[in-house]
Amino acid sequence: MERRQRLFGDAVGHDHGHVSPGPGAPARRVRAAVCFLLAVAQPAAGAEIPAEERRSGYEFMSRATRSMQDDEATNPGVFWLLDGEALWKRKTGAAGRACADCHGDARSSMKGVAARYPAWDETRRRPFNLGERINACRTGRQKAPPLEHESRDLLALEAYVAHQSRGMPIIAAPDRRMEPFLNAGRAAFMRRQGQLNLACTQCHDERWGRKLGGSTIPQAHPTGYPLYRLEWQSLGSLQRRLRNCMIGIRAEPYPYGAPELVELELYLMWRARGMRLETPAVRP
Amino acid sequence: MKSRRDFLLAAGSIVFASVAAGARATPAAMHEAVRKVAGDAEIRRGLVKLQIAPLIDNGNAVPLTVTVDSPMTPDNRVRAIHVFAEKNPLPNVLSVYFGARAARARVVTRIRLADSQTVTAIAELSDGSFWSDAGDVVVTLSACLEDIV
Amino acid sequence: MARAVIRLPSTARRGEIIEITTLVQHPMETGFRRTQLGEAIPRNIVRSFVCAYNGEEVFRATLHPAIAANPLLTFSTVATESGTITFTWSGDNGFSVTQSATITVT
Repeated sequence: MERRQRLFGDAVGHDHGHVSPGPGAPARRVRAAVCFLLAVAQPAAGAEIPAEERRSGYEFMSRATRSMQDDEATNPGVFWLLDGEALWKRKTGAAGRACADCHGDARSSMKGVAARYPAWDETRRRPFNLGERINACRTGRQKAPPLEHESRDLLALEAYVAHQSRGMPIIAAPDRRMEPFLNAGRAAFMRRQGQLNLACTQCHDERWGRKLGGSTIPQAHPTGYPLYRLEWQSLGSLQRRLRNCMIGIRAEPYPYGAPELVELELYLMWRARGMRLETPAVRP
Repeated sequence: MKSRRDFLLAAGSIVFASVAAGARATPAAMHEAVRKVAGDAEIRRGLVKLQIAPLIDNGNAVPLTVTVDSPMTPDNRVRAIHVFAEKNPLPNVLSVYFGARAARARVVTRIRLADSQTVTAIAELSDGSFWSDAGDVVVTLSACLEDIV
Repeated sequence: MARAVIRLPSTARRGEIIEITTLVQHPMETGFRRTQLGEAIPRNIVRSFVCAYNGEEVFRATLHPAIAANPLLTFSTVATESGTITFTWSGDNGFSVTQSATITVT
């Protein structure tokens, strides 16, 4: 699949109502997108969902997929949790330290941690997400090489740590230092992008609950990451999902670890403040 | 009524089988797979209950439960259950075999479905008879295309 | 080493029907997918699963590519005596995982 150009601005490039589809885009999906574009020919307004109307993606799934998430004997995310638990106790790096050596039992020390990420990174003076924090510990304290983005080990540790906050509400602690990054994330959420010239807010704030090509549009709250996505048949991070969204609107996705993705994560977690974590969730 | 509908469906789909390329099982392949399991025996509807959601989130993991109404006594029991998906690239999905201690002829699993289709379960009883049930499923795709990797 | 998760009661009454849920970590690569460059990704699946109760086979399954990744199989057995229930998965590329669980039957 060749790389796509990202188009900025509000102008919708169409000729007589036809937007040229990329190779492999089934006709009905393009038709849905075209009707959608014709209906929305103004700048994205960005109407926020009222707090009491916010719903986790869990509520948009079928009962069968929900029970797959709820039952730990059927939730495939459990494999990454078991891996994460083993990695937590394994000594590694030149310092020969395990996470457990400093942090003890994750079930108590990591409780509530994932609920307040992304957090402020004093060293780089910008926010970092849980995966980056884990790698900062690995390189700084364990003197081990950082784990690759989306690698099995990093996902396992992220899932294991985030799982300790399962059921706890997401905290958006007010931090003046993070404000410019939060605003950058919000701007990215509101900005039209890609060949389909869509902004996240148009689907996920204004049209959640409606259908896009047979799937119900969720509100896009990151309440269960890292999660087992049936489409991936594997556990994956929020950044993977965001990159897939960008490919979906035919925008060039930011690379893993890009600051823009962390800013977007920060905004999404702020937008989902108060909602409970479900890690590891299952999603279609 | 059911057999006439089956006949019409089979007759109609033979025309399409020659046009479509290998990404789906031909009705002949499905027929062959069923024959391998049941031989020339008559496959009757009944006794078997196939539970599958009529509309599913994602074709990659579709929950499926097959239960056979059987006392599971030593001389009246279910030997095996075979599941088929007519429009998958391969028609066979799963075969399960029950040992002497199996008290219930029931299996729960998750399957992959390539397209909206009919899923069939055929049970082989200890007296050599074959019984079946089928369920129609509509498979929707994820709305946004993603890279494979 | 691939992991497996089993759920079954640790104790049961004699003659009681117990339900066993098994999940094994495996991608179940169908062999029909292609990479972005068009290369076929070879088939790599779990082919067979056997559950034995004190050595006697209780349940056996033959899996095909149409079984979802990280295969789930739930079945039941009668609790007859205390002992060990073993679960064995085998598949392509020498895949082999065995787990066992003990059960106390009163």
